[in-house]
Amino acid sequence: MLSGLITSLFGGISVGSVLLIAALGLAIVFGLMGVINMAHGELMMIGAYTTFLVQNVCKGTPLADLYIFPAIIAAFLVAGLLGFFLERTVVRHLYGRPLETLLATWGVSLILQQFVRSVSWQFIIGIGIFGSLYYAGNRLLANGKAAKFDWKKLLLTTIASIASLVICNVLGDMFKLAITQPWFGAQNVDVTAPSWLLGGLPIGDDQLPATRIFIMVLTAGCVAGVYWFLNKSMWGLRIRAVTQNREMSACLGISTDRVDALTFALGSGLAGIAGVAVSLLGSVGPNTGTNYIIDTFMVVVVGGVGKLVGSIVAALVLGTTSYLIGSDSFAPLLGWAPPLANFFTFFSNSSMAKVMVFAGIFVFLQARPAGLFPQKGRTVDN
Amino acid sequence: MDRILNIQELTVSFDGFKALNDLNFSLDRGELRVVIGPNGAGKTTFLDVITGKVKPTRGFVQFKDRNLRNLSEDQISRMGIGRKFQTPRIYQKLTVRQNIELAVNPHKSLFGTLLGKKSPTSQRQVADLLGVVGLEPKADITAELLSHGEKQRLEIGMLVAQSPELLLVDEPVAGLTDEETEEVGQLLLNLSADHSIIVIEHDMEFVRQLSAGLGSQQNRVTVLHEGHVLCEGSMAEVQKDPQVIAVYLGSEEQH
Amino acid sequence: MFTKIIRQPIWREIIIVAGLALLLATVIPQLLYAIGQGFRVGLLGRFMALGIAALGIDLIWGYTGMLSLGHGIFFALGGYAFAMFLLLQLPAGKLPEFFSLNGVTELPWFWQPFASLPFTLLAVILIPSLVAAIVGYFVFRNRIRGVYFSILTQAALIVFYNLFNSQQKWINGTNGLKTDSAMFFGKVVSSIEVQWLFYLCSLFGLVGAYGICRWLTNGRFGRLLMAIRDDEPRVRFSGYDPTGFKVFVLAVSAALAGIAGALFTVQSGIITPNAMDISFSIEMIIWVAVGGRGTLVGAIIGALLVNFGKSILSEQFPAFWLFFQGAMFLVVVAAVPDGLVGWLRRTGQEIQQRGKSRSATFPQVDLDENLQSEKIHPSGK
Repeated sequence: MLSGLITSLFGGISVGSVLLIAALGLAIVFGLMGVINMAHGELMMIGAYTTFLVQNVCKGTPLADLYIFPAIIAAFLVAGLLGFFLERTVVRHLYGRPLETLLATWGVSLILQQFVRSVSWQFIIGIGIFGSLYYAGNRLLANGKAAKFDWKKLLLTTIASIASLVICNVLGDMFKLAITQPWFGAQNVDVTAPSWLLGGLPIGDDQLPATRIFIMVLTAGCVAGVYWFLNKSMWGLRIRAVTQNREMSACLGISTDRVDALTFALGSGLAGIAGVAVSLLGSVGPNTGTNYIIDTFMVVVVGGVGKLVGSIVAALVLGTTSYLIGSDSFAPLLGWAPPLANFFTFFSNSSMAKVMVFAGIFVFLQARPAGLFPQKGRTVDN
Repeated sequence: MDRILNIQELTVSFDGFKALNDLNFSLDRGELRVVIGPNGAGKTTFLDVITGKVKPTRGFVQFKDRNLRNLSEDQISRMGIGRKFQTPRIYQKLTVRQNIELAVNPHKSLFGTLLGKKSPTSQRQVADLLGVVGLEPKADITAELLSHGEKQRLEIGMLVAQSPELLLVDEPVAGLTDEETEEVGQLLLNLSADHSIIVIEHDMEFVRQLSAGLGSQQNRVTVLHEGHVLCEGSMAEVQKDPQVIAVYLGSEEQH
Repeated sequence: MFTKIIRQPIWREIIIVAGLALLLATVIPQLLYAIGQGFRVGLLGRFMALGIAALGIDLIWGYTGMLSLGHGIFFALGGYAFAMFLLLQLPAGKLPEFFSLNGVTELPWFWQPFASLPFTLLAVILIPSLVAAIVGYFVFRNRIRGVYFSILTQAALIVFYNLFNSQQKWINGTNGLKTDSAMFFGKVVSSIEVQWLFYLCSLFGLVGAYGICRWLTNGRFGRLLMAIRDDEPRVRFSGYDPTGFKVFVLAVSAALAGIAGALFTVQSGIITPNAMDISFSIEMIIWVAVGGRGTLVGAIIGALLVNFGKSILSEQFPAFWLFFQGAMFLVVVAAVPDGLVGWLRRTGQEIQQRGKSRSATFPQVDLDENLQSEKIHPSGK
């Protein structure tokens, strides 16, 4: 009985910690900029693929068993840089228009998904050619004027894409598989956990998988790191200042531009680390991120915007509830009320548990529309 | 006296911070009252509570002897309280005429709006109001193209279009030129003939203009400070009050 | 005089719409058959059905500013309702085939009323709007809006997807309902006659939906929707309760999606929970965005254009469709927010402007469609 309880609790917390690590970056970005980043899941996916690459690079070297640590750093950097680039090129033009940002980042997520499916050397060369042609053409066209969409740009885009397509095909015919072989392809790839994470901690008849424990530690580390960064560092202070009052912060000489870029990069980097965690749980594919995105949004909605503690509590509560419902932990306790027990059994798989949890969230929002830890004051809800 | 608005022991606190603290206030029918106070005195929260945007933590607001606690903003608005915001809030993408038409519409329910016909009286009312706020020549351009002063006047027009009994006007002359300030002041004085009005103001010059326009009888000013009423009286009395000089006028001189 | 100015274009518009509908009902299909592209007629019928859904999206997003990412629910509800009707057109006492595979021997109670056509037609409209009204009421009542509304609709989508996907026994789960070989008044659904009938239904449905949306968006009601879009709290202070209005348009929009789902299902031959895929619901948004939100014509053009583009591009370069779609989201949102119709309008006016002397006072007035329709030219003053 006791060990059963511990296993359930552990299962719940472990599901919750995956949710939390995935939602952490999202919560910071949404809290600061009110930006919904639909590509957050794809940044996780990129982090997972980075883990896969680092694992392959480390194979056969002395680092082979410790690859997970460089992978965490690499995933953070790759996803963070990608996020930085995304903020500079797309998101920053859409501030104050959250619905548009949502749609644009969805577009980015589609591109990233297809990118990992089709990326190959040929593909990279093609993008390079397209990019340089477009850049050169744009310089010729622009004459220092502001970027505006017109037929000239359309023509330029068409010419550049046709040219790069033709060159790529020629190169593809010349070098064949050497450059046309996709790096990852549409199939899922597998990350093998290091040998020291293969076992588990025995509790009674069950055992707690070591990878799960590792993810919990990783999540705790990330939360601690983020907490330290936001509360103790100079940049954290600036981020909090901008979160609370953007105009005032700008007046005080904080470069909100740089704060935005940094925050977005940080949020994306955290998504990368979440990707490392996710890669330990199952195989990694182009769609890996999509499975997490709504769950993480729910964490932010339930937790309330702008407070880290809200996300933490929400992730743990949602994780535990869906685990307990999904594993049918309630039915045995409800032996005295068979209809109720049947009701819970009906929801006892992970997808039906989600139905019940989301329905629960709707009910919860009737009582607390602004989440568990809402921001108060006059400035809210204008 | 016929009281239109009666506020007793009103307290509003946000996470322990008391934006309004034990505030008592009443307004007679037909009165034009100016409410002044330094930044953070709770002026905007005061309006937020009357219009139902913020619910009181303690105390009550009575309008025409009815407690407003459980009513939503739109119900309060339909009871006859109209509010003008600090920065003009008008529907940017609609034309000036359409802005006023929406406010005039006597059927504010879903199906009333969908199926109700435009009556000749309300058409005439729209035309009259366009005249009152002086926007006839610009009636059919989108509101986003108006100047700041014209937007202020349009919003006042929309307010009057709701035919409210009580008008709440929040800093109507912020950011206006002297000439525009004069115009808005005159507009308010004209309206005070058949409306009860509360004007929240910061600009003492404008307050003096209003007082001068009203004559000495109706000339009452309320000073808010740290969420409660500091003093109340005619402009002349208020200006002499040592407390007021200390917290408000005094600090203004230091600027 | 005010009313007269508005009357004229309406008659003109009715004639244009009727003319276009006549073309689509007669000449265009013949033309497609003549050039050996007969299968495109079927596609056109399906895409017109999608156009109905696009009108619904435009109503809530383009006009009222509510971005729903969950319209797949309503589309699927309409589709399932009609598919259930088709599957029940069997000799008495027989059950749809998949039931026997799942060991069900008696028709479940919720299937029974769908044997009747009038009930089904009502259900196609009413079930989606009821679900939308309930969800909408509980969301809007709490003043949840903006991205929160979007996220919640997406969560609702997942709820319905999982619900439908896991009910193998009652609605054939992942495999969905196949209507291809079902009978419709003595003919096989996939036969040319039935398909042509539903082509015409889609066409008339589209025209009808356009008419309804036109009526809703044109008058004071439409302007109130725009007011809600631009400044919802202000609408409350004007004495309107936005909740009712929002619930109503959401329900209308859901009904349109339901009709679209029913018409699309008969023409494509199957409905599965994949109609509630996250990406399909967001795709609906991009139809409207490409065509031009806030204009009804734009929604229809966008739905046709994007879907034909998709069918052509994914035939030729399947890998590139996602890139293209992603780029479309980026370009439309960042560079052409008014979509094709808005862009054409603007360029058309710029070209017109070049011929005329530039107006001195309000250059932007000429760019404003609301003013154009009321024939005010400051340059003429």
